[in-house]
Amino acid sequence: MSVANSKWKLLVIGAICGLIAVCLAIFGNPANMAFCIACFIRDTAGALGLHQAEVVQYARPETIGLVIGAFLISFATKEYKSTGGSSPMIRFILGFCMMVGALIFLGCPLRMILRMSAGDLTAWIALIGFILGIGTGVIFLKGGFSLGRAYETSKLSGMVISLLSLAILLLAVGTNLLKQSTAGPGSMHAPIIMSLIGGLLFGALAQKARICFAGSIRDVILLRNFDLLSAVVGLFVVMLIYNLASGNFALGMNTPGIIAHSEHLWNILGMYVVGLAAVLAGGCPLRQLILAGQGSNDSAVTVLGMLIGAAICHNFGLASSGTSVNPETKELIKGAVTTNGKVACIICIVVLLVIAFVSKRQTKAASN
Amino acid sequence: MEYYRKVGINIMKVVDARGLSCPEPIMLTNEALKSESAVTVLVDEAHQKTNVEKFASEKGKKTSVTDKDGYFEIIVE
Repeated sequence: MSVANSKWKLLVIGAICGLIAVCLAIFGNPANMAFCIACFIRDTAGALGLHQAEVVQYARPETIGLVIGAFLISFATKEYKSTGGSSPMIRFILGFCMMVGALIFLGCPLRMILRMSAGDLTAWIALIGFILGIGTGVIFLKGGFSLGRAYETSKLSGMVISLLSLAILLLAVGTNLLKQSTAGPGSMHAPIIMSLIGGLLFGALAQKARICFAGSIRDVILLRNFDLLSAVVGLFVVMLIYNLASGNFALGMNTPGIIAHSEHLWNILGMYVVGLAAVLAGGCPLRQLILAGQGSNDSAVTVLGMLIGAAICHNFGLASSGTSVNPETKELIKGAVTTNGKVACIICIVVLLVIAFVSKRQTKAASN
Repeated sequence: MEYYRKVGINIMKVVDARGLSCPEPIMLTNEALKSESAVTVLVDEAHQKTNVEKFASEKGKKTSVTDKDGYFEIIVE
């Protein structure tokens, strides 16, 4: 029986992924950002000098591990297949929008779950937007939305994203070329080898179990199928136990130091963008990295969209700020969404709806 | 197709979901099963093959898979 065929197995795999996140948090990753795809791609964009936000620059070995882990396991199990050509530039835009939405909320769907497990009520409110975004995507799927077919390409083409990830890792460990934060979230990280192994394991497990945060809710709405949701529940439960046991659980809003804000409308709209874009792209940010690793050129382009999106977010002031405490006055400084971020969020919603309206299945896929 | 059925030749409906993103293969299979008791589904990714098999099993259908050159042929009946 395939790994993906049992709810209990998926629950256990989700729990193991949760344990990996717990280990990374214990050994130095930022609070509630133990494993965040959007944050880590943003940090990697900073390390490459694509943006100049000095507090979020670090070539995260976790994302590198995710891609390479998915590549290795898919290659070993003969599931690796280099494909491409399903509206790649639309997918670039979807990746871009996913990152804008995520950095307005301050986290990808994975981090939303981590924040929820730590009692962050702003993340629970953002979940409403994520579900609404997925629900909107499902309506378009039912109406015949499709980005078209992908076709088999040169085997090497599907490996490029894994090779580029490996190159970034080599640059990070063997040279001083990459930027690295000396303060802020980018300076907080687990040891490189631990992050890399965590990423490789997480990537391999996510590939086998098809973990997808958008897909899990999409399948419940569309097919009344709870399989993928089991993995998310497993991850949530492990993180909840860890947070309760370690004293990291703080029920409330405006909690300083957890890199979150309490502008609820924009938390909802930010995650609405992520949910809708993820359904249109066929997977959440994590799933895009995994699919890219197992050979999808289209998902690799989506990842590049996320990378450039992260750079633009910080270069043009679209990313939100988290609630913090002034170290001198001990005064609470509320996190906020920028005006540029709000405008970008609305533009993303409009762009996504246009893409959803115009992208229809062109050829009749079912024939007699 | 009805003509062939009348003369006793059964031609199964084919859902060609090769190259389509999730969850399109499942949606197309579901759509086809509304009017047919058996369909042939073509997919080219291993995880989509698993998805179709699982979906068919939940619908109370049996599946048989043939590994073709570069894609899978799944008979759902």
